Amino acid sequence: MAISTPNGFNLDASGKRIVVDPVTRIEGHMRCEVNVDDNGVITNAVSTGTMWRGLEVIVKGRDPRDAWAFVERICGVCTGTHALTSVRAVEDALGIQIPDNANSIRNMMQLALQIHDHVVHFYHLHALDWVNPVNALKADPKATSELQQMVSPSHPLSSPGYFRDVQNRLKKFVESGQLGLFKNGYWDNPAYKLPPEADLMATTHYLEALDLQKELVKIQTIFGGKNPHPNWLVGGVPCPINIDGVGSVGAINMERLNYVSSIIDLGAEFCKNVYIPDVIAIGGFYKSWLYGGGLSSKAVMSYGDIPEHANDFSAEQLHLPRGAIINGNLNEVLDVDPRDPSQIQEFVDHSWYTYGEPGKGLHPWDGETSPKFELGPNAKGTKTNIEELDEAAKYSWIKAPRWKGHAMEVGPLSRYIIGYAKGHEDIKGQVDGLLRTMDLPVDALFSTLGRTAARALEAEYLTRVQRHFFDKLIANIKNGDESTANVEKWDPSTWPKECKGVGMTEAPRGALGHWIRIKDGRIENYQCVVPTTWNGSPRDAQGNIGAFEASLLNTPMERPEEPVEILRTLHSFDPCLACSTHVMSADGEDLTTVTVR
Amino acid sequence: MPASHHDLPRRILILGIGNVLWADEGFGVRCVEAMADRFALPENVRLLDGGTQGLYLLPFLEEAEAVIIFDAIDFGLEPGTLHVLRDGDVPAFMGAKKMSLHQTGFQEVLSTAQLLGRCPDKLTLIGCQPAEIEDFGGSLRPIVSDRIPEALSAAVAELARWGVEARPGRTESIDLVDASLARAAYEDGRPDAALACRSGDERFFPEDS
Repeated sequence: MAISTPNGFNLDASGKRIVVDPVTRIEGHMRCEVNVDDNGVITNAVSTGTMWRGLEVIVKGRDPRDAWAFVERICGVCTGTHALTSVRAVEDALGIQIPDNANSIRNMMQLALQIHDHVVHFYHLHALDWVNPVNALKADPKATSELQQMVSPSHPLSSPGYFRDVQNRLKKFVESGQLGLFKNGYWDNPAYKLPPEADLMATTHYLEALDLQKELVKIQTIFGGKNPHPNWLVGGVPCPINIDGVGSVGAINMERLNYVSSIIDLGAEFCKNVYIPDVIAIGGFYKSWLYGGGLSSKAVMSYGDIPEHANDFSAEQLHLPRGAIINGNLNEVLDVDPRDPSQIQEFVDHSWYTYGEPGKGLHPWDGETSPKFELGPNAKGTKTNIEELDEAAKYSWIKAPRWKGHAMEVGPLSRYIIGYAKGHEDIKGQVDGLLRTMDLPVDALFSTLGRTAARALEAEYLTRVQRHFFDKLIANIKNGDESTANVEKWDPSTWPKECKGVGMTEAPRGALGHWIRIKDGRIENYQCVVPTTWNGSPRDAQGNIGAFEASLLNTPMERPEEPVEILRTLHSFDPCLACSTHVMSADGEDLTTVTVR
Repeated sequence: MPASHHDLPRRILILGIGNVLWADEGFGVRCVEAMADRFALPENVRLLDGGTQGLYLLPFLEEAEAVIIFDAIDFGLEPGTLHVLRDGDVPAFMGAKKMSLHQTGFQEVLSTAQLLGRCPDKLTLIGCQPAEIEDFGGSLRPIVSDRIPEALSAAVAELARWGVEARPGRTESIDLVDASLARAAYEDGRPDAALACRSGDERFFPEDS
């Protein structure tokens, strides 16, 4: 029985059902069910968050100035982004203006997290969907060296001996039987298309990325005082500046700023000389696999981020573009207002929550989190052991956020499509260059590979933005401004009795918003709408499907019992379920179960 | 006792992992907090609240020669049971069963450190079987909290084997939870149940509760 969704997709649930639970190599727990036709092509997709989300209730009644420390704990990846979003929400509510230096430092910290996340996501979590490390053992190191010199001529580590060493190390690791990182792979699946030399080159860069990522986060350590849980401050940043100071502890001095500068260079060189060339080289072998576009060609959204000037979030002042595109109309980028109660609303008709009446949407300022776990009549199994979900009923712990009623995709690809449509100079230049190099049309962007490529381009662009804010900070300090915090409204006695605010950022994986209500100096209500809530959204009352679900449709699977293609596309979103839902697994099983019915 | 002074690790990391927001999931982090409150540790011993982090912990592991990990682990034992594992058993066990997100993350960190050839020589996991992890915003259950002194003693004994004396006192460290999340502040500031739903979903609760 085929049906058409209002947002333009055809669903047919009559074929074989495949269940993947949990989807691995992501933060948090997620389950995916698809139907495939006789040719193994996906005709229906159901994505579900399998954990309850309890964060908002934990911060109720707490001091708003502490909220960042709590929200920093909800995710093992984007700690700093949640903290930044939180302090922005509180500052917005209380009308606090932060100093210019705080803006530059926060931007550098946020960019460090973005660049770190993109690099780690590609090499650590996503590359294994395209790259086969076991196949790398068959590579000829000399041919690998030649390949490397061709695709990234500026990268110094390229001798045959270097690749031979890595190959031996890899061999030892695989033979030790630990396989750890590489377990649960479908290494003989024909969906893997790279020659062994490309596999060895990419695996080698995976190891280099591990060393790089340790350096990248030091920017957070320096400005945030520590890592992995850096300090944040409502009103600015908690690090004082004393440019003539000495030593490696205490206020930020020139010695440490020089260190930050050297890390920015490292990241920039890696993105330019290794990350982007790798994506182009790997992508070249998958040019015929342009599936996974889903919502990206129809409806994308970004809140925008990285303000040029402190406290100015107007769209034209943001280095990451803001806007929304609907109905596939790239000629018109609409503005997004997170305060407008008619724009962003969350629905729960297919989520395990209740608002008391069907079809009701709530703006996050009025958000409710009341769990109601029930399975539909066509679900199979039991409540504690679900064999098959009934997507016609409630089926996910993720709410369904909508922008003016539209399901939206968020993330690097959305930001890049919006930037491209707006004619953003850097973004347009990068995208056109990439498409030219790969000899692909613009439409190729609307794909799994497009998502992966946009992330790589963005990482490189952001290293340049990071450099810009470093220079800006130095110039400002040289002009005699060492201020990093505004504490005028630190004392709750200066606050209004009741107020509300919103904080927005672009997290690595997309638009992130925190909405807060403060009453009598305490948190009255707190709602987070995280990127994976948008992308992993279930259906809404009208039957519109979300970004994950849309992206899986029409993809052919080489072997339905080995869901390489499903993982590849879902991973391309860099999903992070830890904060979109609560962290918990029903049982202790580690291996993914793939069930074909 | 160690065979010779030569074998003693010089740089030691004491790492607490877990999520302080989910009741007994916070065991590891609270152990590190208590360790800082009760013992004076020498400079070559670093205390770290690792939270639910993954790769961010890699540099800390790499620079250590010996690591003590405190964590809530599902051993399949009675709630509140302490269990100590060493060296090769640590990653193997952490991979065998996972209770929450962070163990996947940390297992991968260990595996990554091995792949890079920079895994610490000595690993000791001091784990506690949790009683409750589904109480959102809650703190340690008494049966788990009561085991903290014993867990600390186990760590002190391990340090002694590594030639380090932990004297009663305090250790200052910036690498602990923020003051607002310190155990007392966290527990005292908890919203009451009428304001904030604390329980998990039905799948994790007996039908009759």
